[in-house]
Amino acid sequence: MAIPKVCGIETEYGIHAAGPDANPVTASSVLVNAYASEVDRRTGWDFEDETPEKDARGYAREGAMPPMVETHLANTVLTNGARYYVDHAHPEYSTPECIDPLELVCHDKAGEEIIRRSMVAASNLPTSPVVIAYKNNSDGKGNSYGCHENYLMDRSVPFANVVAGVIPHFVTRQIFAGAGKVGTETTSFGGEQVRYQISQRAEFFEEMVGLETTLKRPIVNTRDEPHADPKRFRRLHVIVGDANLAEVATFLKVGTTSIVLAMIEDDMMPAKELTLADPVRAMHYVSADLSLSRALRAADGSTITALEIQWEIFAAARRYAKERGLDVIGDEAVGEMVLDRWEGVLHGLETDPSTLVQQIDWVAKRNLIEAYRDRHGCNWDDHRLAALDLQYHDLRPERSLFARLSMERLVSDEAVAEAVTEPPKRTRAWFRGRCLARWPNAVVTANWDSLVFDLGTDPLRRVPMMDPLKGTAEHTASLLEACENPTELLDRLSS
Amino acid sequence: MAEREQKRRNAPSRTETVVEEEPAPPSPRGEKLKADLDDLLDEIDEVLEDNAEEFVRNYVQKGGQ
Repeated sequence: MAIPKVCGIETEYGIHAAGPDANPVTASSVLVNAYASEVDRRTGWDFEDETPEKDARGYAREGAMPPMVETHLANTVLTNGARYYVDHAHPEYSTPECIDPLELVCHDKAGEEIIRRSMVAASNLPTSPVVIAYKNNSDGKGNSYGCHENYLMDRSVPFANVVAGVIPHFVTRQIFAGAGKVGTETTSFGGEQVRYQISQRAEFFEEMVGLETTLKRPIVNTRDEPHADPKRFRRLHVIVGDANLAEVATFLKVGTTSIVLAMIEDDMMPAKELTLADPVRAMHYVSADLSLSRALRAADGSTITALEIQWEIFAAARRYAKERGLDVIGDEAVGEMVLDRWEGVLHGLETDPSTLVQQIDWVAKRNLIEAYRDRHGCNWDDHRLAALDLQYHDLRPERSLFARLSMERLVSDEAVAEAVTEPPKRTRAWFRGRCLARWPNAVVTANWDSLVFDLGTDPLRRVPMMDPLKGTAEHTASLLEACENPTELLDRLSS
Repeated sequence: MAEREQKRRNAPSRTETVVEEEPAPPSPRGEKLKADLDDLLDEIDEVLEDNAEEFVRNYVQKGGQ
């Protein structure tokens, strides 16, 4: 049975530091530490629970390279329940656990705001170099960094069903979730000329299923690290996505995926009919096909386009909503909003993608670049086009091209500003965030599924939070209010 | 196979052959967007990094996840 689709997004930001001694790791640390000292955040991350080498298939292929956990870099937990740290020479922001895709859009935008505030805080440091952050996924030279999504799933669903069900969606959802890119930077197209792609990330995928995230990237990542009770829950770690700036794109990326996963759990995803013969190649083809008409080979020998696959999944989602409702997406109204937007965007892509210029990143960026080309008559290999591409993702308000495109908003500036400090109310992020806000000195470390308190007396006390749906405002607000200090809280929790 | 494909389509979709369609008359909203884009292009050189080639060349990242 489908369970609530608690979700989150972790974004590795591109980073540029000016100066001859510029070092991306140092620059990333400067950003995180500048922000942490400004908001006086001292709680570090607890690595007790990190097991990125565990494979959802129950084994790891020989020679597979699991990601390393780096424990020595800047690492902090914020009062909104998020984690903000340095990973792989990039600043990374992991949103708190959200209950629905709209709330997640808000917290993803709050992450951007935190990065902006970090840049300002860093620029006020006496010796700091100029540090600039970009919300994109590649440097145009073959180096990619990720924007990963995480979704709560029912552990009892066989992983093979998850794999079969998500692949058609992950190959094709880029037609609305792609962030757009000038050119190509891998050998995925075998020398074929590609001027503009729908996705930043698609061409970096080389396998169907696997544990890696930095090499030979797989469409379905098998990292089995639930950060929750492993007997009941799975956390699906999704690595195929682009980092979106457009709110509609993030909303649809997460909303459609949440519904697909719920359908898989309820055995209502039309996976068999949509099985592709070669999903990895198909993913590359879809990214390079701006006409959205390229026929992909299905496993049964027929052909189907990315748009047709999306229409099929959408139709199944409508049926699913009718039969089961969409409460599982966090909120029935938000679920309906996903369906309406999904239909509208597919229709726009089919009839005239340029009507989506205020909703979808790859369309917005392409429109800007085409207009610039028209005006200046430049070739596709003109550096100015690559510069436009990069600057679309620049997070500095005065340099961001995205910020100048009047894109459609789904969340207000006020809601985003609140999400910078306040946690989501309907997941355990609330308990984490509120404890950090109230007793910043007593919470010595935190991670997704526990908090560690130092009450001044040995030993340290760990509070496990193995269910992402507990520790909500509803469950714990009155308890927290009733406690004057953390000792009282721990006493009450253990009694 | 053709029959199969027909069955698959449950939403209005494009015809198989690409037909050059008459451009739709510009909507007020479309006009506004185009005017905004023109304004942006007018001032974009002030926003763009001074030396595009150097800027693009210097943007090198370590691979991540």
